[in-house]
Amino acid sequence: MIEVKDIYKSFDGNQVLKNVSVIFETGKTNMIIGASGSGKTVLMKSIIGLYRVDTGRIEYDNRNLPDMRMSEIRILRREVGMLFQGSALFDSLNVLENVIYPLEMFSSNSKEEMIERAYFCLKRVNLEEKSFHLAPSEISGGMQKRVAIARAIALQPKYLFCDEPNSGLDPITSLIIDQLIHEITYEFDITTIINSHDMNSVMEIGENIIFIEKGEKVWQGNKDDIFHVENKDLNDFVFASELYKKVKTTNQ
Amino acid sequence: MNIVSDTGKYFLLMKRVFVLPDRSYMFFRQFPKELEKLGLQSLPIVIIISVFIGAIMTIQTKLNTENPLLPTYSTGLVTRDTLLLEFSSTIMCLILAGKVGSNIASEIGTMRITEQIDALEIMGVNSANYLILPKIVAFVVMMPFLVIFSMAVGLIGGYCVGVFTDVITTADYLIGIQYAFIPFYVFYSIIKSLAFAFIISSVAAFYGYYAYGGALDVGKASTNAVVNGSILILFFNLLITNLMLN
Repeated sequence: MIEVKDIYKSFDGNQVLKNVSVIFETGKTNMIIGASGSGKTVLMKSIIGLYRVDTGRIEYDNRNLPDMRMSEIRILRREVGMLFQGSALFDSLNVLENVIYPLEMFSSNSKEEMIERAYFCLKRVNLEEKSFHLAPSEISGGMQKRVAIARAIALQPKYLFCDEPNSGLDPITSLIIDQLIHEITYEFDITTIINSHDMNSVMEIGENIIFIEKGEKVWQGNKDDIFHVENKDLNDFVFASELYKKVKTTNQ
Repeated sequence: MNIVSDTGKYFLLMKRVFVLPDRSYMFFRQFPKELEKLGLQSLPIVIIISVFIGAIMTIQTKLNTENPLLPTYSTGLVTRDTLLLEFSSTIMCLILAGKVGSNIASEIGTMRITEQIDALEIMGVNSANYLILPKIVAFVVMMPFLVIFSMAVGLIGGYCVGVFTDVITTADYLIGIQYAFIPFYVFYSIIKSLAFAFIISSVAAFYGYYAYGGALDVGKASTNAVVNGSILILFFNLLITNLMLN
């Protein structure tokens, strides 16, 4: 579980996060949603520790991140997996080597065990063996996301962060990636936090949804509640597309 | 103020770079690749430039020292000392600042803007140490060899002038390049090149590591790395020369 308490974050006097408190539960797909520029990426990067918050607590199972030294943060990060918006696969390594990399850095397994683990992770994300020795530039965007997920789960993380996992993907691949993240969250009992503004994703896998607007938490709930909220900012965001307007009308 | 804060950031980055690697075998796996990429792949340009500059320097020296009072071997002597003292260390390093500096800055800068460095950090890897240390060590190790190679090839270039033209005889040239040879000049040149190799690789890595934005910004980082690396080379050239030769 990750508990965020009263965090504030500003850049050059510009307050980006204001008094945000939220609990991200283990074994659930927690989603941070909001319009572009609302502060959701800053919130996620602050939770991971890429940005230092001005005030507030970020507790990873009662370990407060802002109190930690860099060396302690590095140790904590070995329990963290992250799926980046652009996949962030290492260009100089092939698919298999990308997944083996964190194992080489932090596990004491033999080479054979590392390869076995990497094969398991790559097969778990439904990648075919023929693509294991290709360079990241030789595979599709959807496959790159799967490799990134495989790399993120290679060290059996307790926390998984996904920054806009569907950006640049077609609707079918997006759905597959969403389902994969959801399944992995349950299967390995991970605390998963997804940063998204894709309403299809939200409606598909959003179990604990946090809506951020102008750096503040405006609403928290699940995908079933989201249709019945009387909040203008949230409604503007959720029902921006005609499809969801129709869904709301049908539900009413 | 930018210079002060950038200098501070540079030293803080170097503090992160010069620590023991998380996994030493990862360093030793990366190290030979960098030797090959930064060192061996620079050999062609070192050869081409050195041979031509050696030849041109011989012709120009001969034309500018047409005086019956000067001994005939003086052309070879001047060519040798210019190559040893300045060309093969300083000028060659300025050229390599362009080739190697832009290579390092653009590689690390691209990794920064495509979030590969963030990915390393999230994994708990000291990205500065993992990415930059093998490059600096490899380039510093390779540089003396490149400098000595440049000296030798430059002298061969001068010799070719004697062979293929009638500007100078090969006998005069060979006497000149052996006359009053001071081995300390080679040592001085190597010491300079070690400092310059460190400047080129670390300054380029600094600009690449702190690149942000898009492809244009990586280009800017690359340009800054070459320009500022070259300025620092000239400054330290003056400093080291004053310390070692004055």
